[in-house]
Amino acid sequence: MSLFLIAALPFLGALFPALLIRAGRNASASSAALATGLAFVGLMLHAPAILRGETVQVGIDWLPVLGLHANFFLDGLGFLFATMILGIGLLIILYARFYLSRQDPMGQFYTYLLLFQGAMVGIVLSDNILLLLVFWELTSLSSFLLIGYWKHLPEGRQGARMALTVTGMGGLAMIGGMLILGHIAGSYDISVILQHKDAIQSSDLYLPALILILIGAFTKSAQFPFHFWLPHAMAAPTPVSAYLHSATMVKAGLFLMARLWPVLAGTPEWFYIVATTGLITMVIGAVIALFKDDLKALLAFSTVSHLGLITMLLGFGTKAAAIAAVFHIINHATFKAALFMTAGIVDHETHTRDIKRLGGLRHLMPVTFVIATVAALSMAGIPPLNGFLSKEMMLEEVSHTYWLQNPYLLPGLATLAAAFSAAYSFRYIAHVFLGPKRDDYPAKPHDPGFGMWASPALLVTLVVLIGLFSARMVGPLVDAAAGAVTQSHPHAHLKLWHGVTPALYMSGIAVLGGAVLLALHAGLLRIWNAVPRPEAKVIFDALIGAVTDLARGATARLHDGSLTRYALIMVTFTLAISVFAYGTGTIGAPTREQQAVGLLPLVGWICLIVATACIVLFHRRRFIALILIGIVGLIVSLAFNFLSAPDLALTQISVEVVTIILMLLALNFLPKETPVETPVPVRMRDGVISILGGLGVGGLIYALMLRDFAAPSISEFHLANSYKGGGGTNVVNVILVDFRGFDTFGEIIVLGIAALVIFALTEAVLSTRVRAYLLNREPDMPQAGDSHPGLMVVVTRMMMPVALMVAAYIFFRGHNLPGGGFIAGLIAAIAVIMQYMASGFGWATERQRIPYHGIIGSGVLIAAATGLGAWFNGEPFLTSAFGYVHIPPLEEFELATAALFDLGVFLAVVGAVMLALESLSRFAWQPGIPTEHAMDINPARDTAAQDTNEV
Amino acid sequence: MELLVASAVGLLTAAGIYLILRRRTFPVILGTSLLSYAVNVFLFATGRLITNAPPILNKYAEVPYTDPLPQALVLTAIVISFGMTAVVVMIALGAYLSAKDDSINMDETASADGEDA
Repeated sequence: MSLFLIAALPFLGALFPALLIRAGRNASASSAALATGLAFVGLMLHAPAILRGETVQVGIDWLPVLGLHANFFLDGLGFLFATMILGIGLLIILYARFYLSRQDPMGQFYTYLLLFQGAMVGIVLSDNILLLLVFWELTSLSSFLLIGYWKHLPEGRQGARMALTVTGMGGLAMIGGMLILGHIAGSYDISVILQHKDAIQSSDLYLPALILILIGAFTKSAQFPFHFWLPHAMAAPTPVSAYLHSATMVKAGLFLMARLWPVLAGTPEWFYIVATTGLITMVIGAVIALFKDDLKALLAFSTVSHLGLITMLLGFGTKAAAIAAVFHIINHATFKAALFMTAGIVDHETHTRDIKRLGGLRHLMPVTFVIATVAALSMAGIPPLNGFLSKEMMLEEVSHTYWLQNPYLLPGLATLAAAFSAAYSFRYIAHVFLGPKRDDYPAKPHDPGFGMWASPALLVTLVVLIGLFSARMVGPLVDAAAGAVTQSHPHAHLKLWHGVTPALYMSGIAVLGGAVLLALHAGLLRIWNAVPRPEAKVIFDALIGAVTDLARGATARLHDGSLTRYALIMVTFTLAISVFAYGTGTIGAPTREQQAVGLLPLVGWICLIVATACIVLFHRRRFIALILIGIVGLIVSLAFNFLSAPDLALTQISVEVVTIILMLLALNFLPKETPVETPVPVRMRDGVISILGGLGVGGLIYALMLRDFAAPSISEFHLANSYKGGGGTNVVNVILVDFRGFDTFGEIIVLGIAALVIFALTEAVLSTRVRAYLLNREPDMPQAGDSHPGLMVVVTRMMMPVALMVAAYIFFRGHNLPGGGFIAGLIAAIAVIMQYMASGFGWATERQRIPYHGIIGSGVLIAAATGLGAWFNGEPFLTSAFGYVHIPPLEEFELATAALFDLGVFLAVVGAVMLALESLSRFAWQPGIPTEHAMDINPARDTAAQDTNEV
Repeated sequence: MELLVASAVGLLTAAGIYLILRRRTFPVILGTSLLSYAVNVFLFATGRLITNAPPILNKYAEVPYTDPLPQALVLTAIVISFGMTAVVVMIALGAYLSAKDDSINMDETASADGEDA
């Protein structure tokens, strides 16, 4: 099976459990198991090749420019991890089916689990470190979902957050390290990087890269001082703990160290950082574990300790130590997953995980007792179980490794850790299962059904078999994986009896010491509780709190809610960089002559200047400012017309009309005056900034206009091809509907969205208490005597068809003469708005049968369909076609698909303008009060209204 | 002529910036409208100023044409700026009706009210 499929199967499978949960919990669990099982089978098909020492590679270029390739490869190491991830994943799926209660959303659980599984498989199969990073971050995210699965538990949420923070920060550091590594090696492909050991280790960037990558690995694998997140992640359901903390998530860091071992290991830096961290973690984890009363906390710290052990072995940098590390990864996964599952069974059956409340369970839960005992003895390192073998190999390596030339330090501390390890393993057996039967269990314990103990039972069978027949069971696998780690062909001598070696003595001391420690447990616990020690969670919370306060403080200072200040900062900054650009740039001499000024432009200019100045002077009187801005708009449209832009003039003047109406509608509700709020110095400052800005912009355009184009303009192309290619003589319109049709298409969509936003805002505002306020609102200005003057009503009704005819005329001539969809749409909208204004909202709404949303939508759809039509002719999107038709007795006329596109523009503009204005009008409209008779002028109306009021 | 257009653009920009720096919604909306004019005319003027040469092709004679490209750009900009103004007006109106205050800044009292609510 292709590696792509193996990596993709868990992700594909993740879709099903959440969907199939409707068909029942068995269907959901089966679909998860099926996906995992298929991937597992696919992986096993590669087993013969891998165990022969071959590697399988597939790959496609994803983003070659960035060096990111979707390359996968499978070697011994990847195979070992993928086998554990998928194999134990299957067992967890079975176990979780019976562990989770009916209240737990099981579909979600399996979906998260498969997402996580897919991310893990992705990590171990990646042949590209950038791809690996993507999967790495995915494990952080999906494990967050899994750890926080019991959302109702605060510990679950906190634990998930802590795990995400710690591993996420580590991932961030690792991205940096990986990029440096790829930079040194000149490739991001792992198989290439692994060939560049000397280049990497002699590089100046080796140490930074090493430290950054190790931070990523240590956080993930819960190494000291990042070990504290792991015990807090125990708030997750036990299947999650068993999966994440035995075989997968925490092993990802180990995997990474093993994966990059060939290029990173072997230096003193590697030895002292990795081996020392591993040693400290191993000892601390083992000591703390002994004093934990929570079963899962005990296992969590023992996991920390064992991860430290493997890290230390990888840190030694020797081939034998690497073999021992690989072997212990297998053994730890088997016995620890089984132990977590038995802890889950105990919790499930007795409703407590507190060792102080347990004991004597061997009579009540014999099956669980056997499974737990075998697994715990393996963890303690008792022959002939598999834990003993790898622990012997570890002690053997330790016995001849010198730390700073000190021959006793490493063996001494390793033996100490092994003794504590034996002690907490014995405690797991003795204080939970042995001892007298109690009568105060929170629930009546008994062995669970087969479904629940099948998975741990299978695992302890492996524990025993690997212990007894290690060479035959896992010899080739260890060889292949260690071969991948060390890039050689090692042969592991896995056997129970190595003769009387220093390691045997140390093992013996450790086991005896463990028994003694357990015997002294009660006394040691008192000392332990009496000695003050730093609490990692408190430190972590304080750190996070400090960071949060810092962020909040910085945000509050920068983002203080004063929009004026933001605007001021932006304008000043723009001015500053403009001044810088002006000071550093160069400008050539003017190449164009200033054109003569006629009387008419001068008059227009004076109007504009005076109007603008008056806006600034009288902006506090809002109606006057609005009228003045109308004048500015008018002059601008006249200027467009004068300067050879008839289309712009038409558009500007019609937009002007709807904008002013819109602002008038809004001003109806807003205060009519702006109070004086800023002191004179502030206004002076704003004035200076504004004048500087104005001078800059004016000066820029002045300099621009007096010079020719710096580069040849593309306008010539449009002028030359407008008629030949687009079939229209109005070049501006042809650009809009043809050359740049895609822009226009986006444009009308934006306009439609703006209108919908306005509609939605209206709905939202009117559904609050604002509605009541509006209904009871007293007008703050004198009302017109007749809100619908008869003259206006009559005139607007008569003008309606005329205005629409003008719109149609403007629309149709648009392709060849000034006009087009935009302008025609605005004119049509104005024609309709006139009806609203003259005859009232209620009257107009009653006669408005097509909703404006629909008009916008149909416009966009027509434009899109026109564009898509080009596909049927094998042309790209929005290619236009046109032809000339002659039907007697009409003149010859043109038919162009561009006109259809323009129709879409027309409809979208009409719909958007109308929807915006209609929404605003609804603020003024009071439902239930019929708009008064718009057309029928009836003198009895006032008395009739009075009668209604009296009733 | 160029000086007239440039000075008009400069004045519109200055007035726009000044109004944008006011404390109430309505002057700010007026300011953005003025800035829209300024920007539109600015963009239009990058095609250089020519009178009596609209970009309407003349089939019968070789005549000069002005640059059609900035015109097409500005045409859609005008329509879009209407959409933008409408949304901003709507937001200003909704905010005023909800809070009975058309100040654009969150001052001390406003934020205190928000926390109380």
